[in-house]
Amino acid sequence: MALISLQGINKYYGDYHALRDINLEIAEGEFFSLLGPSGCGKTTLLRSIAGFEMPENGVLAIDGQDMAGVGPNRRPTNMVFQSYAIFPHLTVAQNVGFGLRKSPMPRADKTRAVEEALEMVGLGGYGPRAAHALSGGQRQRVALARALILKPKVLLLDEPLSALDKKLREQMQTELRRLQRQVGITFILVTHDQEEALIMSDRIAVMFEGAIAQVDTPEGLYLRPNSRKVGEFIGMMNLLPGALRQDGAHLLADIPGLGAVALPRDFLPDGAAPGPMTFGLRPESMSVLFTSSELPTGKFVDGVVEDRAYYGDMTYYEIALQGRQAPVTCSMKNMISRPVLSRGDAIRLAWEPGALIPFAET
Amino acid sequence: MSALFRGGWLRLYAALYLVFLYLPILLLPIFAFNSSTVIAFPLSSFTTEWFAQLVEVEALHAAVLTSVRIALITAAVSTLLGICAARAAARYRFPGKGGIMGLIMLPLVLPEIIVAVSLLVVFLQLGLQLSSLTVILGHVLICTPFSIAILNSAFQSLDVSLEEAAIDLGENSWGVFRLIVLPLVMPGIISSLLIAFTISMDEFIIAFFLSGSDATLPVYLWGQLRFPQRLPVVMALGTILVSLSILLLILAEWARRRGVRKRGGAETGGFL
Repeated sequence: MALISLQGINKYYGDYHALRDINLEIAEGEFFSLLGPSGCGKTTLLRSIAGFEMPENGVLAIDGQDMAGVGPNRRPTNMVFQSYAIFPHLTVAQNVGFGLRKSPMPRADKTRAVEEALEMVGLGGYGPRAAHALSGGQRQRVALARALILKPKVLLLDEPLSALDKKLREQMQTELRRLQRQVGITFILVTHDQEEALIMSDRIAVMFEGAIAQVDTPEGLYLRPNSRKVGEFIGMMNLLPGALRQDGAHLLADIPGLGAVALPRDFLPDGAAPGPMTFGLRPESMSVLFTSSELPTGKFVDGVVEDRAYYGDMTYYEIALQGRQAPVTCSMKNMISRPVLSRGDAIRLAWEPGALIPFAET
Repeated sequence: MSALFRGGWLRLYAALYLVFLYLPILLLPIFAFNSSTVIAFPLSSFTTEWFAQLVEVEALHAAVLTSVRIALITAAVSTLLGICAARAAARYRFPGKGGIMGLIMLPLVLPEIIVAVSLLVVFLQLGLQLSSLTVILGHVLICTPFSIAILNSAFQSLDVSLEEAAIDLGENSWGVFRLIVLPLVMPGIISSLLIAFTISMDEFIIAFFLSGSDATLPVYLWGQLRFPQRLPVVMALGTILVSLSILLLILAEWARRRGVRKRGGAETGGFL
């Protein structure tokens, strides 16, 4: 049974429809992410689960209990706020132990619980320090310890890593994941960073304009986005306008720049009809052929390098193709034996028809 | 700072400004210790007689007590009202909020004499005896806008998520106010108490119209000015009041800085 179940949740701010008919089930022990651009309603949804926002209609149940009319202080959820919301006038230990104030636990047990929680987030011995003197990364750990000490059924994280610098953020991503496995609590993470969501989550809900566009595993979202919008939001994607037509038993795709290619019959999802459509193709599904001896695995076309971006491990090429206005992006792993191409180099580009993703919207 | 005062003219301007501001106040202690009853140079001899006389005047003691009592109650009431209004302004949205806040702040710019006369008319119509109570009502009216202005900034700078975090961790709204909000806005509250106290202690026009037989200190002083030979005593009293004011201000600033340091906040604002 799902730990959290949302059915037909709607939320309005005046005329603004902030959440549109949200249906979602989140399992126990899952690391679940709400991903979307700013203003897509992901934070509103998280705050609805926490109890800070009350949806107008629909049913929100946690662990089988309807949460209608239950305030944030009586829900089995705890939250790590975007600003961390560390109480500046208290010590680290007082911050972490704040939720235990009303617990009937003996004082010594509380002290021990606080120290354990601090050790769990790598801040053992920091208890007596003043909370305001901590660095950003340490504040975040205190916020985590403070939320986890109450052993909630669900931990809600509102963009917890957005204020950290890149190195620290990457480190915290791994650490949060490890922590989640260790405590086994359901984590719901709100983020606008698709990479972060892919790295950390078991499943991701992609949201646009108050509605959930797709819920899937990271691989599922990346390989099988159900709409052009999702495909564009997750990772990089070339969008190639073209057409699909029925040719006897086959489907034939006609893509200006890449040419015509036969596709298996199950290429189109059930119910979709051939016609004009947009094809998605990831940069890594195309490759530059460096020597004539390299045999193309799929189809290939001739092109010219229009621009390049060198990333150390990878190089991204913008390649101009005949019959297409915009260049396509192709990523290549850098190797000692491979030259890095320059602007104007004429190359041959191979691509995998099997990696094409159909989008009905043109 | 140094760049500002490097220019010769600016330095001169600053010096003149300070002289203009403080020279009259400096005259207070000078004549308070001067033995002549005539307030004029050259000075005669040093004396502490006027201070000794101060101790003996019973009416003065009564006036000081009345003023302190009025100021304490005024400070408490206007700060309490200020907390409610600042809190409402910072956290809640309600129809006509802008207009209501504007009306509350209006006494800040209304001519005090108009307020005093209007209040006098109202109180007399209501059949209220003029007393300390009527002065307190008048002072609360003019002090509350100051309290709101001070407390507003304290409440506005309070991060909402701090309160939400406390609720999330199981506190009810009273607990959140007591454990989170109150400690964090305390510097603002102390500031508001001190300012309201000072304004009420100082205030003359409203007290003059509304005090009846309970003369406050400024009203008493006003009365004494009719007797030129009492002037040195007034000077002595002024000296004490100025010294106390400076002491109070230093104390308030010390408390504020200590609070800021304890919270690790950036050093902004303040009086000194």
